[in-house]
Amino acid sequence: MALRKRPNAGPFALIHRSGNKEHVHCLNAVAERGGLHRGMAAADARAICPDLVTRPADLGREAAALASLRRWITRYSPLVVWDGSDGLIADITGVPHLFGGEQDLLDDLGARLIRVGLTFSVGIADTRGAAYAMARHAGGIIPEGVGGAGIAGLPLAGLRIGSDVVDGLARMGLHKIGDLIPLPRAPLARRFGQPLLMRLDQALGIQSEPIAPEKELEHFGVRMTLPEPIGLQADVMSGLSRLLGQLCAKLAHHHRGARRLRLELHRVDQETVTLDIGLARPMRDPDRIAGLFEKGVSEIDAGFGIEVMRLVSYLTEPLAPEQIGPNTDMAHDAALADLFSRVGNRLGFDRVLRLLPGHSKIPERSHIIASAAYSAAEPVPPQRGPQRPIILFAPEPVTVRGGAQPGHPPARFSWRRMTFTVLRADGPERIAPEWWFDDPAWRTGLRDYWRIETREGPRLWLFHTPQSSAWTAQHWFAQGEFA
Amino acid sequence: MRFETDPLDPFSLMKARVHEAEGLGRYGFAVFQAARSVGAVIWVIPNHAPHLPMLRGLPVKLAERLHILRPKSEQDLLWSVEEALRTKGLGLVIAEPEKPLSLLAGRRLQLAAETGRTTGLMLIRQDQGSNAAQTRWHCMPVAAQQRDLTLHQWILKKNKKGTFGNWTVDWNGKTGSLHLVSAAGQRYGPAETP
Repeated sequence: MALRKRPNAGPFALIHRSGNKEHVHCLNAVAERGGLHRGMAAADARAICPDLVTRPADLGREAAALASLRRWITRYSPLVVWDGSDGLIADITGVPHLFGGEQDLLDDLGARLIRVGLTFSVGIADTRGAAYAMARHAGGIIPEGVGGAGIAGLPLAGLRIGSDVVDGLARMGLHKIGDLIPLPRAPLARRFGQPLLMRLDQALGIQSEPIAPEKELEHFGVRMTLPEPIGLQADVMSGLSRLLGQLCAKLAHHHRGARRLRLELHRVDQETVTLDIGLARPMRDPDRIAGLFEKGVSEIDAGFGIEVMRLVSYLTEPLAPEQIGPNTDMAHDAALADLFSRVGNRLGFDRVLRLLPGHSKIPERSHIIASAAYSAAEPVPPQRGPQRPIILFAPEPVTVRGGAQPGHPPARFSWRRMTFTVLRADGPERIAPEWWFDDPAWRTGLRDYWRIETREGPRLWLFHTPQSSAWTAQHWFAQGEFA
Repeated sequence: MRFETDPLDPFSLMKARVHEAEGLGRYGFAVFQAARSVGAVIWVIPNHAPHLPMLRGLPVKLAERLHILRPKSEQDLLWSVEEALRTKGLGLVIAEPEKPLSLLAGRRLQLAAETGRTTGLMLIRQDQGSNAAQTRWHCMPVAAQQRDLTLHQWILKKNKKGTFGNWTVDWNGKTGSLHLVSAAGQRYGPAETP
């Protein structure tokens, strides 16, 4: 894929960096002929082949490319599975006659892959093991019924065994799969372990190895190619509503609801504009989703026109069909979820919050601030012990104006440029820092919390830090306001 | 359009209208009104404001219904308040605008509240309200002579429909009910035995 973007006729390799070491992850045929092989250190490769062109490997995108290739291969067979990180295996039993035979199928596949610029190697055989060996080490077809003779000439690495086993066998003069077939099995198993024989049996078809593709998650994407480029907001919205109709029908069929959607608008000048929206709860109502796109669509630059629209729901959640009816609670819940979707798409979903009870005694951590779209309300256990304020803020220094006795709150203090006289003080309530979290705000040690009623009216939550060092002038802070 | 209000309960805010509260005790007034409301409560606090409601200190039933929005700018704040007011089925929308509310903004909020039949309460700084507000309350915590009294003075200083008022109430911040304290400032509760 990297080579397709920057065509290069000379030796080329992808370098993968793991830990402190760089090694060759993948290379082209020219580089292979130059004496390089997979897994060798990148420095060695550059020394052997000075004009080697390298790019960093991107494993995530490689896997994504293989996944999309896998989806495409399903045109040849419904059963396609991953084979390692760089291969695909398809069970084409009963399929080739649709393409006119195995050879024609292979030619068709090859022609299409060459047209998109991929380097590949394909093999067809009776068993999965034999097909693996053919694809990696020869390429081509082993006709039906030939059995072991077809792969006898292939190297032992085609058996899907470790390189140490291959080396061990080579030391004994065994280099080809055919060398293993006539040998007595018991000594082989004793020396190289049972897996070697299992792989051999699987390649020869003595032991069965079915292909079991994992259930594929349905892909929720629809696209629309327009005969003439469009540029008006109303046109985009009407196209979008058609796409949404299709997508929501598909979601309803699979009992799923969209959670995040992306609209891609391909412009005539090859640029792509993407709009992302999130939903506060899984949903498949086209009208309500279309409303969320309105603001984004009004802001995009259509350039010379938009010719392709693509709508993907890349995050979906199960959503069973719902009973609808005159249930006001449900209508209110839906209205609230719509509000969170609208607000979340403008402000960000991390700004639509809900407070959940936490287990800590530390005031700041006694509740958890969670995104309302991704959490459910929890009942709050009743507060035991001393009263808590209704408003909490970060500790603000309080200036002591006089009458300070050790162990007691000051008689007069000022906070936020207001001066207060203490009428009544409840406390102290001692809260110790949680030593297992290093919270910078709690490095001053213990806190003695007091509920202070002032003559002026406000009821404040003050604390004193008895453990803070003597030279810090500041020992009293305000952290909350009571009702 | 008729707006319901309860003549026997002076503190019930008129439905589908936006009200204002100012003074040091405005948070307490907001929590009191939220605790009395039915349905979800939205509290819009600017992102840079230092404070948040403390879950453990709120009335238990309110804590589950409370949702907080933290917009970054004043414009976003007004927009989200308007969106929230337009949503049907909410109990109360509380917001803390930072700048004085213009007549235009106040009127827009009133229209949004009428659309969604939702009540709004703006917590404003002193004298920064909008003329469009239905009522304006000046709220102050008051020191009590006795222990176990949590006194608040709530002055209704603007009212588009009805009279003004000045009440001293005892509300402990845990429930939606309160006690009116007699205007003479006489004792509430049993006399101490000599």
